[in-house]
Amino acid sequence: MKHLLSTHDLSVDDIVGILDVADHMAEINTRTVPKVPALRGKTIASVFFEDSTRTRLSFETAAKRLSADVMTFMASSSSLNKGESLRDTIETLSAMGIDALVIRHKSSGIPQTITQWTDASVINAGDGWHQHPTQGLLDAYTVTREYGTKDSLQGRSIAIVGDIKHSRVARSNIDIFRRLGAHVVVVAPPALLPGNIESWGVEVRPTIDDVVADVDVLYMLRMQLERMDSAIVPKLPEYCATYSLTPERAARMGSGAILMHPGPINRGVELIVDPADVPGSRILTQVKNGVNVRMAVLFSLLGSGATSTLQQGAES
Amino acid sequence: MSASIVIRGATVVNPDSVAVADVLIVDGIIAAVGGTHDADIVLDGSGCFVSSGFVDLHTHLREPGKEEAETIESGSRAAALGGYTAVVAMPNTDPAQDNVETVRFVRAQGIAAGLCEVVPSGCITIGRLGKQMAPYARLAEEGVTFFTDDGTGVQDSHLMQRALMLGKQLGVTMAQHCEVASLTKGAVMHDGECCSSMGVPGWPSAAEEQMVRRDIELVRATGAKMHFLHLSTAGSVELVRAAKADGLPITAEVTPHHLALQDELLRGFDPVFKVNPPLRTAQDIEALKVGIADGTIDAVATDHAPHAGHTKEQPLDDAPPGMLGLETALGVLNTAVAVDAQQIASLMSWAPARIAELTERHGRPIAVGEPANIAVWDTTTVWTVSRDDLSSKSRNTPYHGMELRGRVRHTIFNGELVVRDGKALK
Ligand SMILES: [Zn+2]
Ligand SMILES: [Zn+2]
Repeated sequence: MKHLLSTHDLSVDDIVGILDVADHMAEINTRTVPKVPALRGKTIASVFFEDSTRTRLSFETAAKRLSADVMTFMASSSSLNKGESLRDTIETLSAMGIDALVIRHKSSGIPQTITQWTDASVINAGDGWHQHPTQGLLDAYTVTREYGTKDSLQGRSIAIVGDIKHSRVARSNIDIFRRLGAHVVVVAPPALLPGNIESWGVEVRPTIDDVVADVDVLYMLRMQLERMDSAIVPKLPEYCATYSLTPERAARMGSGAILMHPGPINRGVELIVDPADVPGSRILTQVKNGVNVRMAVLFSLLGSGATSTLQQGAES
Repeated sequence: MSASIVIRGATVVNPDSVAVADVLIVDGIIAAVGGTHDADIVLDGSGCFVSSGFVDLHTHLREPGKEEAETIESGSRAAALGGYTAVVAMPNTDPAQDNVETVRFVRAQGIAAGLCEVVPSGCITIGRLGKQMAPYARLAEEGVTFFTDDGTGVQDSHLMQRALMLGKQLGVTMAQHCEVASLTKGAVMHDGECCSSMGVPGWPSAAEEQMVRRDIELVRATGAKMHFLHLSTAGSVELVRAAKADGLPITAEVTPHHLALQDELLRGFDPVFKVNPPLRTAQDIEALKVGIADGTIDAVATDHAPHAGHTKEQPLDDAPPGMLGLETALGVLNTAVAVDAQQIASLMSWAPARIAELTERHGRPIAVGEPANIAVWDTTTVWTVSRDDLSSKSRNTPYHGMELRGRVRHTIFNGELVVRDGKALK
């Protein structure tokens, strides 16, 4: 595998394999010096045309722990504003000798488009409404490790609540969760459900109250406040009445159930409850797992040899 | 005095007959059909059909305004290579074809290129902004018979109704790009399963059908002639079929790409497949083919829409819609749809010549005394499209690397041989 553009590029075996490697990475991250030379000499550029500090830092931390060199390219500080085309930018970066490009862009499909202009591996760090494959992987890692069922989510039910239509996280997560065997339920206002949702293989329920007590995982999406203004969804109080997680609803969650969120949280919108008050919250676990899984992805794409090479510590 | 030409061994396609006969052209006029003749130029027509030259109702030539994408000359050459002897130039130029000067300029550039007849269309509204009616009478005096705001549909129903009433008075045709704009904001592709999983804004079939439905009712109310550009959905075909059954003076075209390509092709996010209206589904394609077979669809028109290379190297949502079509139209139609030679000639020459009111010179029978606007083409040559081999200034063909069956061999415009053996002579 050269690129990671979409979860659809991954077979179930690929997914399980990456999550296994992530276990090795998790072990490395518990060491006093959480660093291995696995990708020494490799250069990874994080190229963010859309701001996302947390995703960028997660990738860069992952790369550094594998001893790769990291370059950061932020569109706002770049020549892209001076009329340089996307293609020029990618070709220029590639000419510097980059092994992997980690791409975030507001437009769906850009990571795939970029593959024709570079020899480097391209890793999608979120494109438009399309895909965010490492988020899907880290969330699958979080759920499988939570329930101790390493390569399957058979028998688990997962509700994803919020703006499904405009969510790359939803597209990646639904695909991975389903293929690992989970039953996925989506809850959203009709205008925030994608067209042809019936072809997605998920159950659609109208309110969060329909699912909150029954599911193993309650996955709350970030609600983009801009959408509230554009006649797409009802005004905030009405939205919250049907779709937000309130303290009352959180109290109805099953005893072993967990709460997840891709971050950053819109407090007072999708989460009216303080996640610190929800015993099942795994929101910070997701962040921690993000580094493990992104290390696993980088190693799987760029590393040579087996995971046994990860056993040696960093040379100091 | 132009050189005399004889086409040997081709099958002559006319509305009432299909038969092998040599065709002799002297001084721009067909001098003989049948018999054995000598001439200054002897063309091999074996294995070919000879018909009146093709007429494209829908060509974007980009001049004036976007000469880096196409000029009237380069577009005319592409047209001649595609067997066209006349093309209707869409008015979304810069400045738009909403005034006499621009219309004269486009026509004059066409004459200067001398590769086919360039027929300027006029705008329905000034600047294609949908607010004020263009000066139809002045433009009609200049010979404009075909009015459209193509690129956008006329959103204002009242304005459209008045345009149709004036059009009827002047005897001209209003042609609609059917798209209700409020339903297609930011849309990049057909709003279907593929679009849903790709996470891009969709262009629903309803946005086209809603305007088709409205305009059918406006035609019913006014009795004016109306032409529907590039119909793309099964629902639109159904609506037009019913309207024609009611006897309304409506005609419709479909593009080769809507017959041959479907939305699935956008899965790779390649903007070369982005077009407006968008590529639809297999069911829509089937319905369009049925529409061709039963006469609901009158014409095949290219919607040839060149875009300079860099503009298609943008994200799918920023890239402009449109694809090349002139040089591949015959091959695509013949490959995608089961049509015989008479149907091809009807869809690509006879019917569009009638719709654009060009029947004095185009879409005429191959018979003695007729003007020599002629295409010689076959339905058997298998060839692979290469964007680098096309003569258009742009390269945005969706058929790059694709195999097509059927190709234009010679084109004669105004008695002059402009394409010989698939090569432009000027
Ligand atoms: Zn159009
Ligand atoms: Zn057009």
